[in-house]
Amino acid sequence: MIPASFDYEVADSAADALALLAEHGEDAKLLAGGHSLLPMMKVRLAQPALLIDIARVPELSGIAIDGDEVVIGATTRHADLAASDLLKAEVPILAYAAAQVGDPQIRHRGTIGGSLAHADPSADLPVTLLALGGSVEITGLSGVRVVGADDFFVGPFESVLSPDELLSAVRVPRGGSVPWGYQKFVRRANDWAIVGVAAYDGRVALASMGGTPLRASATEEALKSGASIEEAAGLAAEGTSPGYDFHADVDYRQHLARVLTRRALQGKAG
Amino acid sequence: MTEIKLTVNGVARSDEVEPRLLLIHYLRESLGLRAANVGCDTTSCGACTVLLDGESVKSCTVLAVQANGRSVTTAEGLVAEDGTMSAVQQAFRENHGLQCGFCTPGMVMASTSLLAENPHPTEQEVREGLEGNFCRCTGYHNIVRAVLAAAGKLSGDSATAGTEVTA
Repeated sequence: MIPASFDYEVADSAADALALLAEHGEDAKLLAGGHSLLPMMKVRLAQPALLIDIARVPELSGIAIDGDEVVIGATTRHADLAASDLLKAEVPILAYAAAQVGDPQIRHRGTIGGSLAHADPSADLPVTLLALGGSVEITGLSGVRVVGADDFFVGPFESVLSPDELLSAVRVPRGGSVPWGYQKFVRRANDWAIVGVAAYDGRVALASMGGTPLRASATEEALKSGASIEEAAGLAAEGTSPGYDFHADVDYRQHLARVLTRRALQGKAG
Repeated sequence: MTEIKLTVNGVARSDEVEPRLLLIHYLRESLGLRAANVGCDTTSCGACTVLLDGESVKSCTVLAVQANGRSVTTAEGLVAEDGTMSAVQQAFRENHGLQCGFCTPGMVMASTSLLAENPHPTEQEVREGLEGNFCRCTGYHNIVRAVLAAAGKLSGDSATAGTEVTA
């Protein structure tokens, strides 16, 4: 399968990328690893007239501590997150989740910014950012705005990013000793989660349980009022309307959400 | 058209390519390197796996222009000038790590990348490290044996070579 024709520009800096976006508007798409965008272009779900390659912009990559947070450049690859000693020490759930994305080849190309901007409700990093209560830095011509994970995802494959903006960095709280758990249920290696659960410090987020990654609010409230893990996990599917496919129907997804939430709250990773 | 300059199997290349040209098609059609195969064409099966700056990637999901300025290695590039196969290639042969052979170039490249990152993998780490490569013939057991044998050979540890793999 071959994508439709497009023009190709390499951005030297974030400012350069923003100028190109401003010039070409919705006809342009940013390209980093391309592991969400190129598959969509190959089946012609996306037909941008221009790709702006930001993978070679040094300022958009890297992992660093900034006060109480770890700041991750948007083009930092999943493989780099998974291998980062800093991240394993400060935000272990994110290093773990990054190692669950796809397979080694995909992790050598795919980036955290690309995964979040793609806003797939079944993907590993969006649900993890939501559980962490992290945020994204969005850079536009008029400056930088910071959007919390709770407000960033607005629908399936849709975020608050405007066509002329660049997701430039990701901010997550430092918490090397904070209890966390991560559960991803798949039938086949390197699949997306049929249901996924990320739990961090009493926050619980669900993947594949709706159009966006979702907070399991009833579970979180129950935990706050002193319920046991078993009782709280039993409420994980409250208010969810998951889709159905050949892997799982609605009832089964809701069952999985409860079971996986219990395991995640018990601190299990799998 | 966009100009790209890259190194493929140690040879410097310079070409004018359409931006939409996929790396797998550049390798197969433009350069005539036919080891990497187009399998699923959807980033799943791993038959098109090559090394980009030493790391495994699925070349059906990389644009040739993204490889500009970088180094690409295919299975052809693992063979020495005198025809000697790499330790991984040799181990696949000795352990019967293939049947029809379609997935083999991708398996070999993914294994080469895996061993570069983790020279002493456990059997479980080999299985997880090859989760991006599908084989529809072997049931994977001999492939895992081959990778463990190659790891043993590369580290000069003959005890590891021929490790019994749980069937």
